[in-house]
Order: sequence, then structure tokens, then C-alpha cells
Amino acid sequence: MMQTSFQMPDLTPAIPEIFLLTMTCIILLIVPYLSDKNRVLTYLLSLGSLAATAALTVAVHTSETVYTFSGSFVSDTMGDVLKVFVYLVTAVVFIYSRKYLLDRNIFKGEFYVLGLFAVLGMMVMISAHSLLTMYLGLELLSLSLYALVAFQRDSKDATEAAMKYFVLGALASGMLLYGMSLLYGVTGTLDIGGVQTVAAGLEDSKKLVMGLGLVFVIVGMAFKLGAVPFHMWIPDVYHGAPTAVTLFIGTAPKIAAFAMVMRLLVEGLGDMHDQWQDILIIMAVLSMAIGNVIAIAQTNIKRMLAYSTISHVGFLLLGILAGTQAGYSSSMFYVIVYALMSMGGFGMIILMSRAGFEADKISDFKGLNERSPWFAFMMLIIMLSMAGVPPTVGFYAKLAVLQSVIGVGLTWLAIVAVVFSVIGMFYYLRVIKYMYFDKADDTTPIESPTDMKLVMSANGLGILFLGIAPGSLLAMCAAAFS
Amino acid sequence: MSIEQIIFYVFATILVVCATLVVTLRNPVFCALALVLAFFTSAGIWIFLEAEFLALTLILVYVGAVMVLFLFVVMMLDINLTVLREGFTRYLPLGLVVSIVLIAELVMVVGPGQLGLESMPVPIPHPEGYSNTKEIGSVLYTEFLYPFEIAAVILVVAIVAAISLTLRRRSNTKVFMKPEEQVVVRRKDRVRLVKMSSESNND
Repeated sequence: MMQTSFQMPDLTPAIPEIFLLTMTCIILLIVPYLSDKNRVLTYLLSLGSLAATAALTVAVHTSETVYTFSGSFVSDTMGDVLKVFVYLVTAVVFIYSRKYLLDRNIFKGEFYVLGLFAVLGMMVMISAHSLLTMYLGLELLSLSLYALVAFQRDSKDATEAAMKYFVLGALASGMLLYGMSLLYGVTGTLDIGGVQTVAAGLEDSKKLVMGLGLVFVIVGMAFKLGAVPFHMWIPDVYHGAPTAVTLFIGTAPKIAAFAMVMRLLVEGLGDMHDQWQDILIIMAVLSMAIGNVIAIAQTNIKRMLAYSTISHVGFLLLGILAGTQAGYSSSMFYVIVYALMSMGGFGMIILMSRAGFEADKISDFKGLNERSPWFAFMMLIIMLSMAGVPPTVGFYAKLAVLQSVIGVGLTWLAIVAVVFSVIGMFYYLRVIKYMYFDKADDTTPIESPTDMKLVMSANGLGILFLGIAPGSLLAMCAAAFS
Repeated sequence: MSIEQIIFYVFATILVVCATLVVTLRNPVFCALALVLAFFTSAGIWIFLEAEFLALTLILVYVGAVMVLFLFVVMMLDINLTVLREGFTRYLPLGLVVSIVLIAELVMVVGPGQLGLESMPVPIPHPEGYSNTKEIGSVLYTEFLYPFEIAAVILVVAIVAAISLTLRRRSNTKVFMKPEEQVVVRRKDRVRLVKMSSESNND
């Protein structure tokens, strides 16, 4: 028998993961013993766990890259920055969704437990340094999300959305797994760094198999990101899921999906940049075109934001396909900014909704300025930021990815991107027109808890503030790739 | 052709035929049984790869537990297949074309030309007394500790999700009647005396 020289793994870099898992299990044990009156304790505990995990992540952060668990776990600056934003976004999602869940009688402990498990899955994905852990992290995230979409059991739309999400998600996982198995078959290693090393010295016939593996891996990732032509599930799932869950799906998992692309394509298959650049260019152009054009035809704001997500994914891919350090950091900046904007956008829908009423039509935003000038202003900032108008942060995000694309000589791609973003401007401006120039059909005052109002204001002002002073966040993203 | 090759091709043929039957048979019970056979033959192929432990686990877990459960579900649900199969013949030509093209492409890329014995190192048979189970045991909690723990978390999520999606407390069915509540019930909880004026027979 072979004696393996095994060293006890250093657990320090994984302390945030271990802590969050422990807390989630504790919350899971507490949930059944809470009466409906004390249900709010679950909510507070979840927020507390996220805050403590964030503190731990910052505490164990080191500037150099650390590998542990026999190389299947990596801790670096990019990962830690992305993780902190995942906690932040999830905490805000929990704050926004509390009233929504209470109104619809689905304010249950399982929502928070599944949400925290999803966060754990995202952390595993962000820190994955082996094909196996990447896949397991993705499954942990996806399974939690499938269950969350179906969470409102009495809603027919939600069940249908969950079914579609589950079937397509399983198919995408299968594709990804097949691609990974081909990569493993050729390179003989599951380690992402190892794939890179072995792939560099392969003969041409094996490179062909690597190429096929690459295609399947990209298909799997494109499904998860929602890039055209693998975007079909996004509008239906965003529309059908309870808005609180849409808010969650549309924000934090995008950050994790970005990390997955970075780990697999850039760190694992960086040598094949020429091959995947072409694939990503096609997907980016199609995503921006279809996302922006079809969004114009939508009357449901959740569907409109879903198509807007698709177009943003197109922009996100631009920075990655450039294949330079500047490109990667601009994409990272884009995904963080997108998560913040999308959080505000879906948060506004929740803010406008009340028991028995979903503010999911664009026309529900008519005359918002008369009903609440402050929140109309917040929505104005969010919409302008999504459209990419200065002085909001969305402008800098678009500018950064466009610069990186021009930097590698793909000027035509930058022009295409600008043209589609101008087309996309239409549907963002339409929301603003409804809010400021139309009469309100419904004059019920907007009621929501103070904490939500405060966080929503902070969200909107944050987008504006980052637009005026984007330096710190830009520097943070640049530091991750130096 | 050596005896190993003959056995491999027999197993592989049965596997492919069974897999096809799973999706084409009309009776869902037969489909499930075909799937059982498919698992069984793939376990046989795994034994050829010297993965005895995994092959046995496949039979024990999938054939022994998962498929039996599956058969129960199939028998209880009484799925109406005529509705499910409505689009089958309509999409068949397109589906066939797509799958044939896909198979042809896959064979060209992952066929013997790339992954055959000429281009890959010849696998060396393990020495006598080599224990597959021992090997897995020695790496499962060491090298693969992290993935193993994540897999455990995924199972917890599956339990939480399944329970939160299916557990319903129905108040209107007798199944969920609580015996202790029935025992402590008093007459005034259930019976109400209503005073009514006596009706006259005059009109």
C-alpha cells in the first residue's frame, strides 16, 4: 500500500467558511424552537453571522496568495474582496426582504438558512482551486437557490419558475461537469493551477480535446451567468420567483459566477486565451444586443431588469475577454457595481409592494415623484447608473471595461457596446419618465420599515458617491490583480 | 480480440441499449427497470477499471436504494404519458439530427485518435493484494477532506430544501389531529346551547 505523506491542512484561511457553516447549523437548530413572534431572532442572527464572517475574512486576509486543503482552497485578495461584497449584498437582501416576506406570510427560518447556505456555496466557489471544489460549491449555491425560488409554495408562477430553473440548471451543471471531466482526462489533475501547468506542454491532438472541454465549461458558465444564447431561464425565473428571491438571485450569485469564470478560464485555461476570447466575444455581443433590445418590449419591471441583467453580463464579459490585468480588474469592478445597482433596482420593487400587491409593472412607478420624491430620486440614480450616465458609478464601470477592450485593439467591439448601451438607455429613461412626468394611478402612501428606508437611501447615495469618488473601489479591484 | 475486450463490448452494448430503452419505453416501470440494468452494467465496466469499491457502492446505493424508491414513486404517481409524449414525434426528426451531429463531433474529438492507447500511457494493472477501498479510505479524509465536507453540506441543504418544500401542516385533515387536544377538550368548547323562541303553528 502506498503511504501518503499527509500534512494537516492549515485551517486559518478557511476560518470564515467554517464559522459561517457553524452559525448556519446553529440557526438551523434554533429555527424549529422559535414561535412566530420570535421569528425575527433568526433574521437578526443571520445578519450577525454575516457581519462576523465579514470581520473574520478581513482579519485572516493576507496580501499573499495562500493555498490549503491540499491545494483545493485558495485565499487571495480577489477572493477576499469578492467575499466581503457577497456578505454585504446578502445582508442588504435580508434587510430588504423582511417586510416582503412578512406581508406574504413566508417569513420563515428556512429562507435565512437556505440563504446562508447559498452564501457558503458562493464562498466555496470564490475560493475554489480545484475543479471538484468549484463544482461542489456551484451545486451548493444552485440547490439553495432552486429551493428558494420554490419557497412561496402557493404561488403557481414560483413553482413553474423553480421547475424551469432546476431543469436548465441541472443541464448546465451536466455540461460543466462533462467539460471538467474532459479537462481531467487530458491533464490528469483536478488542481486548477495544475491544469494550467500541464496544458502548457501538451501536444496538438490533446489540445483538441482540451478545446472541447473548454467549450463545455464555457457553456456551463454561460448558463450560470445568463449570457446569450444560454439566457432563456433568466426572464422566467426573475419574473416567477418571489421578488425577495429575485433580489437575491440577481445580485450576489453574479459575483460568485464572475469568480468562477476567473478561476476556471483565466487561472486554469489562461493558455487557451485565443480560443476562449472568440467565444466570449460572440456571447458578449449577442448578450448586449438581445438583452438591450428585448428589454424595450417589456411591461413587467422584473422581466425588464432580467433582460437588463443579460446586457450587463455582456459588458462584464468584455473585460474578461480582453485578457489583461486591467481588463480583469475592470470586470471585477463592473460585477461589484452591478450587484449594488441591481440590489437597489429590485429593492425598489419591494419597497413599492405591499401585502397583496406586487409593484412589478413598469406602470406601477407612475407618478412616484408625487408619492415620494426622495425614493423617486433614489430610483432615478439607480436607473441612470444602470444606463451608464455620469456622475453615477455605472458610468465608470462601463468606461473601465471599454478602456480595457480598446487597450487590446478591439475598438470595433467597444463601438458595438456603446451603440447597444445607447439603445438600452431607452428603457431606463422610460422608468424615469413614468416617475416624473406621469400622473400616479395609485396614491397609496409608501410604507416600509425604517431600516429598509435607511438602507435603500444608503444604497442610492452610495451609487452616487462611488460615481463621484470611484477611486477607492477601483484601487481595491486593481490591487487584486497586481 | 481478447476476452476483456469481448466482455467490455458486451457490457457497453447492453448499457447503451438500456439507456435508450429508459427514454423510449412506454411503461414507466419498465423504464425504471431498464435503468436498473444500466446501472448494473456500468458497475461491471467500473470493475474492469479496477474500481471495485465504487462499482459495489453503485449497485448498493443506486440499484438497492435509489431505484427501489424510484419504482415506488412511479407506481404511486400514475403519470399520464400520453400528455407527456405529445411533442415526441414532432420533435423527433430535429432531435435525431442534433444528436447524430453531436455524437459524430464527439467521436471525432474524443475518439481513439486523441484518447486511444497510442496517445495515452498504457494503464498498468495493480499488484495482487491492492485494495481499492483502502486507497479511497486513505485519501477521503485527508487529501479530499474539503470536498468531502462540502458534499456533506450539500446533503444538509437537500434535506432542508425537501422538508421546507413538502412539509405542510394541514389543519383541515384528520391526520394532523392532536390526541392531547382531543383529551383535554371540554363540553363548552364544542357544544353551544342556543336559546330560540318556540315557533307558533298559527301561520
